[in-house]
Formats: sequence, C-alpha cells, structure tokens
Amino acid sequence: MSQPAVDAPQDPFADSEVVLDVKDLVKHFPIKEGTVFKRRTGAVQAVDGVSFQLRRGETIGIVGESGCGKSTVAKLLMRLEEPDSGSVTFRGEDFLSLKGEDLRRMRRKIQIIFQDPYTSLNPRMSVGDIIAEPFKLHPEAKPAQGVRNRVMELLDLVGLDPEHINRYPHQFSGGQRQRIGIARGLALNPDVIICDEPVSALDVSVQAQVMNLLEDLQQELGLSYIFIAHDLSVVRHIADRVAVMYLGKFAELGNDDEIYRMPSHPYTQALLSAVPVPDPRLRESREEIVLKGDPPNPANPPSGCRFRTRCWKATEICVEQEPELIVRPGITQRSACHYASVQAEFPTDSS
Amino acid sequence: MTTPRTPEPSFTGDTASPLLEVVDLHVEFHTKAGVAQAINGLNVTLNAGETLAILGESGSGKSVTAQTIMGILDMPPGHIAGGEIRYRGEDLLTMKPEKRRKLRGVSISMIFQDALSALNPVLPVGWQIAEMFRVHQGMNRKLARQKSIAMMQRVGIPAAEERVGDFPHQFSGGMRQRIMIAMAIALDPDVLIADEPTTALDVTVQAQVMRLLKELQVENNMGLILITHDLGVVADVADKIAVMYAGQVMEVSDVYEIYAQPAHPYTEGLLNSVPRIDGQDERLNAISGLPPSLTDMPSGCPFHPRCPYATDLCSAERPGLLPVVAEHTSACHYREEIYNGTRQPREEAQA
Repeated sequence: MSQPAVDAPQDPFADSEVVLDVKDLVKHFPIKEGTVFKRRTGAVQAVDGVSFQLRRGETIGIVGESGCGKSTVAKLLMRLEEPDSGSVTFRGEDFLSLKGEDLRRMRRKIQIIFQDPYTSLNPRMSVGDIIAEPFKLHPEAKPAQGVRNRVMELLDLVGLDPEHINRYPHQFSGGQRQRIGIARGLALNPDVIICDEPVSALDVSVQAQVMNLLEDLQQELGLSYIFIAHDLSVVRHIADRVAVMYLGKFAELGNDDEIYRMPSHPYTQALLSAVPVPDPRLRESREEIVLKGDPPNPANPPSGCRFRTRCWKATEICVEQEPELIVRPGITQRSACHYASVQAEFPTDSS
Repeated sequence: MTTPRTPEPSFTGDTASPLLEVVDLHVEFHTKAGVAQAINGLNVTLNAGETLAILGESGSGKSVTAQTIMGILDMPPGHIAGGEIRYRGEDLLTMKPEKRRKLRGVSISMIFQDALSALNPVLPVGWQIAEMFRVHQGMNRKLARQKSIAMMQRVGIPAAEERVGDFPHQFSGGMRQRIMIAMAIALDPDVLIADEPTTALDVTVQAQVMRLLKELQVENNMGLILITHDLGVVADVADKIAVMYAGQVMEVSDVYEIYAQPAHPYTEGLLNSVPRIDGQDERLNAISGLPPSLTDMPSGCPFHPRCPYATDLCSAERPGLLPVVAEHTSACHYREEIYNGTRQPREEAQA
C-alpha cells in the first residue's frame, strides 16, 4: 500500500488545463397540481448548488444513492435539461449561454455513455449506423477517411470485430453493447465523456473488461471523465477525485485516498461502512454504521444540513446553519459538515 | 417468537436427513433455438441455521435453481430432466402437488428481487401479509390483520399500525423489501430462498435488509439460500458458497476457504475482477471473453474457452465436481494445482 497523502495531497492534475468549470449549478423540478389550472405547489430540489472543476485527463467520480441528483447533474452538463442557475464553462467558453450553431458545435466535445446498453441502442439500426449517427448530426465533423472506415476504426478501438459493422444490437451481449455505446460516444473526438452508471448493468467479469477499456481510452486519447455510479468500489477504482452527493448537494469532495481512507463527513463514513468487502475474514472486524430510515423527500429537504435527520452527530447548529463545502481543520478535502473529522482509519485495509 | 420451534403439522420427513438436499438436478428449456441446459447436474446441501450462497453471473442458472426448489418454474418452456430435491429426506419433485402446495410458503418460502413487481399493487400490504395466515392457517380477518401488524413491526417498519392499510407504491424500496420478507417469514419457514434480495437497493438500505435477514435467520434457525452475483454480500453473510457457471456448479466450499484459496479458475477470475473498496488503483484482471450460450455449450468444461489454464483435456472431457480437501469440491481437472497456486497460465493467456 502506498502511504496515505495526509499533509500535502499531491494532485497529479494540478497543472492540467481546466476543461470544465461548474459553479453553483441548481436545478429544481416544479411540482404542479390541478387538472385545468396547473399551480406550482413545490419543487423537487434535484441539484442544489453543485460546483467542481474537471481537468484534462482526469476522472471525477460522483457517488450517491438513488434520488440524490447525480443523473440530473449529467443531464445538466449535457444540456439535456436547462439549469435554473449556475454556470458551466467549457474551456473558457460559457456553455450555458450558447445557442443554435454554437451550441451544436460545442456539443461535439461533451458526450455521454448511458447505463442500460439494452435500451440506449436503437434495435432497428445496425451497429455501423448507430456509431455513424453522430456524423449525420455533425456533418462538419465527418472524417476524411470516410465514415465507414472511421466506424471500423472505432469498433477496433473498443475491442469489437470491425467485420461486425452490419450486425444489429440484439446480436451482441450486454458488455459488447456497452462497447458500442462507448464507440458512439467517441465518434466525434470529445474532450469530456459523462459516464452515467456505465457498468452497473453488467456482470462482474464483463464489468472489469469495460472499466479497463475506459481507462485505456483515457490514457490513449487524453479524455476527461465524469463517472457517475452508485457502486463505491467501482468509483474508487476508476476515479482520481470523488464527490459524494446527498440530496442534491455535495457532502464531500476530495481525491480518492482522502474520501476512501479518511472520510470526514458522517454520510461518507456511513456509506463506506455499508459497502460489503469481498473478504469474509473482515466480517467481524468491520464496523458498520447502519443509518436509520430513508433519505428525506427532496421536495421538502430538512433545514440546515440536509443529512442531519439521519446523522448521529447532529446538534442545534446543524438545524440552523447549512454547512458549506470547504476545507475544514484537520482534513485536506472539502467537507460539508460542521463536525467534520477523520475517524480512525477506515477498517478495511487488507494488508 | 423466541420459543423453540416445533415442526410444522404438515411435516412428515425424518429429522436425520439434511434440511434440503439437491441431488443431480437437471433443468432444460425447450426453445426454438434448441434445448438450453439451464442447470446441468446441481448438487447442494443446506442444513438448519446455515446460509448457502449460490453465486453466479446472469445466465448461470442461479435463479432457475431457486424457482425449481420453490416449484414455481414455468413449465413449459422449463422442464426438469432429472434429479431430486429432498426436503427432510422427501423428494419434492415426485411429491403429490397437493402436498407440495402445503409446504410452499409454509416450510419453504421465497423473497424476490424486485419487491415492487412481486407485491400486488392494488391490495394493501397488510392484506397481502394477512393472506398468508388466512389461506394457510384459516385465520379470521381480524386476527390475521393483527398478526400482519406484528409481522410488520418485526421486520422494522415504523408506525406499522397506521401503515397496514397502505399500498405498495406508498413505501420506499427498502420498506417494500421488508414487507416481502414479512410475508415470506410469516409462517416461520424452515427454508428461506432469497433471490437477489438487495440488488435493487442502495448500499445503506442493503446493509439494513441484510442485517434483518441475518437476525431473523438466527431467531428462527432457518436455512437460508442466498442467490446473488455480489461477492461482497456473500463474504458478509454466507457460511457456504456454491459458484455456478453456465448451469453447472464449479466449486462448493466454506466461505472463508473459498475467498482465501479458490480451487477453480472461474472463482479465481471472479475474485480478481471485482474492484474492491479497500483496493488500490491497479488494473483489474478481467476474465476475457463471454459466458457461453446455453443452447450452444462448449465441449468438455464449459469454462475452458475463457480459462487461462485450459489444456486439450479441458475441451475433451467435462470435469466432475470432486473434493480438493474436506468440504471443498471443485469441477476442474487441475483443481489441486489451482488450490495450491502452483499451476501456471498458458503463455498465450498471459500475453
């Protein structure tokens, strides 16, 4: 095991160019009632003030439980949903104010890979047509060597047989379909790929193949990833930095050693302790923090700290004052907890 | 509910036999594409108070195993081609349907993966739990309702008395799974089959549900068959593991032994391909290739096309499930060398 970076976490991406700069992103979905006259009666606060920077070649993992807003972040960054406020700067350009032709041009640079390889590919299109479709929407990006040649090159890149260009999605297994989705995402030479639960529908042995492929492609093409997943082990493996999300906000943001070895937010600690480790010898030594209850309704989040209703550390101040996501005494990562502190090292070290 | 359990009135078998014994079970599916061998000679034993995990990827036959034991396999297309399932020494497969029906739900019970589709959406949950008492024990409505409130309390549903009339959609995923557990254990079964009970749940809720299952098991001295693909969950709760691949049991062992010293290349490959929460960022050792199609099984050992150790013997002859050491069996020609870690992979497999 390498030494934990306690004092000065060296950031291998500190000098890299900031590709994506996200500030205070907010998205509330209105809840409407009434059959004829729709009245706005509330709002689901899906994303409520999310900020981070993504550098070239870096992978940021966003973890959280269902309903925490992680997929909404993905949609906002793709501009599949329009945020209520906040800013997204892509290589110095304001991504959110772009319109028409400029937006279309910019869209080439941010691509997405979806979770379900069974529903995200059109069953009536051949693999060649699926991967070539981005070129139809972006004719100016048509490759010089011809679309078909480029598609075959992409198939080869993601580890599929280029001869299978005329096959249909149903002729492929889940893992192979996910590779097709990745090839489509790569077609326009993007800078950023948003991976929304890309391996959660796959079996373990196939999941490892796809994760290795994503890592290889990143090395080869200098891609930046935003990797959204609920599986903390998968995120630990692939991410350089990790954001833990709870009810529309980041609870903690740091590099993977900080988050996994020295978690400071009670939610991160509980989340990590609940992940089963594939080693039965750790069964007795593992300290499990079992959270009570379910996450609160995002339409009516608790005042102050959103985690306080399930937190064992909560006091008055947590009710009254919302903790900011800042670096706190004794820790090096940013943590949104008034009582942030690194507990004894996380008891899952097998060495 | 802490009094020692007495045998069910319908119980007729002898107590010296294991609680549940599956002997050389063969299940086939007759499809247009040919005969798919879903289970090809399964042998497992379950004792009272024991947790047997059946571990496998999609298509390995683990859910078919559960359905066959429970007697809810769709026939056709399913077809039990041979073997025995003995409950306390009595073969369930040759038993009169009327008698088997009396065991189902009473002595052998099951929890399904997706609670939302397993529960009836148009009936209150209390009614669905009460149905167990009314149908199997002829209890009147009022008493059955009280019993179902008690069951809901026992599985940890807060405010059970107020929520007994609520419908499944009014509960969260974890709470729905608890309601299914309440139904399954309502009549104190001897055997509980849990088919991917936590796959659809978030990690923190998964931890709650697994803890509940474990408590109930200890309380009732139930035999638990846990069907899952999650190596972490298995390491946490199982006593004994059967690893399935392409309809065959590859390895059966005590949980501590199998994680420390697997005796089958498939088990070894699976363990190496899981990203671990306590692991470092080294590259995952994915198993190359894909699981075989059940209608077109490879000759010999079904794992040989993906196995780094395979030789000509493996494609010619199917290895039997044979002991390596006491209480540890493996279906590999080279089980002893794998177990001792002395077998070297083929050269082309290393490349």
